[in-house]
Amino acid sequence: MPGLKIRDVYKTFGSNIEVLKGVNLEVEQGQFLILVGNSGCGKSTLLNMIAGLETITRGEIEIGGRVVNDLPPKSRDIAMVFQSYALYPSMTVKENISFGLEIRKVPLAERSTIVARVAEMLQISDLLDRRPRQLSGGQRQRVAMGRALARDPELFLFDEPLSNLDAQLRLEMRAEIKMMHRRLGKTICYVTHDQIEAMTLGDRIAVMKDGVIQHFGSPQELYDSPSTMYVAGFIGSPPMNFISGQLRTAGSGVAIEIDTGLAKSLLKLPFGLTQMQAYIGKNVVLGLRPERITDAMHSSSRFPVQTVEVRVDVVEPTGPDTLITTHLNGKRVVSRIHPGTRPDDASRLSLLFDLSKAVLFDPDKGTRIDAVSAIHQAA
Amino acid sequence: MQHSSLTVRAVLYLALLLFAALFLIPFYLVLVTSFKDVAELRRGNMLSLPETWTVAAWLKAWSAACTGAACNGLRPYFYNSLEMVVPAVLISSVIGAFNGYALAQWHFRGADAIFTLLLLGFFIPYQAILLPAAQFLGYLHLSNTIAGLVLIHVAYGIAFTTMLFRNYYVSVPPDLVKAARVDGAGFFLIFRKIFLPISLPIFTVCIIWQFTQIWNDFLFGAAFSGTTARPVTVGLNNLVNTTEGVKEYNVDMAGAVITALPTLIVYIFGGRYFVRGLTAGAVKG
Repeated sequence: MPGLKIRDVYKTFGSNIEVLKGVNLEVEQGQFLILVGNSGCGKSTLLNMIAGLETITRGEIEIGGRVVNDLPPKSRDIAMVFQSYALYPSMTVKENISFGLEIRKVPLAERSTIVARVAEMLQISDLLDRRPRQLSGGQRQRVAMGRALARDPELFLFDEPLSNLDAQLRLEMRAEIKMMHRRLGKTICYVTHDQIEAMTLGDRIAVMKDGVIQHFGSPQELYDSPSTMYVAGFIGSPPMNFISGQLRTAGSGVAIEIDTGLAKSLLKLPFGLTQMQAYIGKNVVLGLRPERITDAMHSSSRFPVQTVEVRVDVVEPTGPDTLITTHLNGKRVVSRIHPGTRPDDASRLSLLFDLSKAVLFDPDKGTRIDAVSAIHQAA
Repeated sequence: MQHSSLTVRAVLYLALLLFAALFLIPFYLVLVTSFKDVAELRRGNMLSLPETWTVAAWLKAWSAACTGAACNGLRPYFYNSLEMVVPAVLISSVIGAFNGYALAQWHFRGADAIFTLLLLGFFIPYQAILLPAAQFLGYLHLSNTIAGLVLIHVAYGIAFTTMLFRNYYVSVPPDLVKAARVDGAGFFLIFRKIFLPISLPIFTVCIIWQFTQIWNDFLFGAAFSGTTARPVTVGLNNLVNTTEGVKEYNVDMAGAVITALPTLIVYIFGGRYFVRGLTAGAVKG
């Protein structure tokens, strides 16, 4: 059964400000859906529309198999966690958690049981009589989650819940939210601008830009086979490298010529000549993840690699591996090499290119031109 | 350095004392005069303390001085004022809180236009609406009644109270209303359960302000009260203007203090909350 289904949804503010331009999404019950994108992409508006806090200009939203377009928030069987926590300032933690239950006329005894259970789950039992202003940011975050959990809804909505926490706490809470999801098995729709949160938490990720879903798929699919340059640049840190150049024939296949500043060489691509016929002689953008460009010490690739000598521009050790910045065809390219290699700045280094997962984009439209059929854009 | 800063300080305090005296001497005069008898007044010595302290003038001003034909003192007017000011202050404050909440937190179509129109209410001089208001009260059969005065003061106060509460509630994060709506609360319940409990500071400011405005009003009181609903400000005016034989300044002064007493008390007891309320935000981080 679909946990959440969004069909051709539009949102227009005023007479001509179009914030959402035909959004389609569907996740199964119990799945963790991430809406991710930069600010202004429409992700929060979409979440508010799912919650019933914004009207739906056009289209349909279904929660648990029920069209909710005309239902007020309280009848949609949802609970929501806000970035600002939105705890009621005059109420104690206990009252905050049980407010929704009280409105739904849940008997007092049952309310107390639920509050106690939720508080224990979130380790806030000793805070129940405090007021929000007496709590730290992390504690407020827990209370906000508790308020949502107490309601035991069909669908949880999270609006950038971790953005106001410091880095350490964010990491902890991220793991806890994931554990909570596994335990409860409820559908979650989670808005964030943080691609790491998106990758680590989501079963399904929708990358949004300018009111349109650029790519909707599993984290691995988005990572390996992004449908647009925007998605490729958004997901992953450091992001995918873009190397622009002319597509050429090379034997029975195709290749792209690269200029390392030291020499020019051809990188053979794993695409058939017939498949790429239309693009021969045209400018294309080759997309390659940093970990697909590495050095001899680090290479564990089972795929054939091509060796290119480059000039090292920046060396950034991160611990488990070292990031090397170099320039190919004048564009910045980052590679991930073994920490033991330790090249000097401005030295020369042989890099191994594993092109088995390479993707090609149209430089003008930013869309994929290889393996078009594999592009899994929401219909 | 030490020496010159001391001089500066001395000059500063001298100036402050001077200005304080400038403000306090009239009030001192009013007080000492009200405790003297007429004979002593006639001898002059305005600034001296009473030779014999007497509350006779106070008693007369309260219950026996003539205010036109009737000679019942300020008491009936004082009660009229109380009957007028309590409901007028409470109703205008509650309506203002409600309006402010709706305008600040519910972005309905035309909210900004309504708020702008309400603000225009500040710029309408009282005198401009006297005749239409009198006619309106006539239609409602509220002419010359305390209820009519309450209505006028409520209507006139809404512009201010609404602005006061709106500006206070605007600082409440909108997520709070969203959270409450998702929790299942509606427009009224959110107001009652979430906004009212955080409104004590601004209610204090509003009540003090409205109390002072309405209690001190003379124009509406004189225009719309007929003979039975006159507030104390009008009563005092009549008392001062009614003279038989000797002018009893001591009674006039006692009457003035009686008239001003409620606002004085409100400021003395509520003053610090007034300042605190004006500077307080709605939600403390």
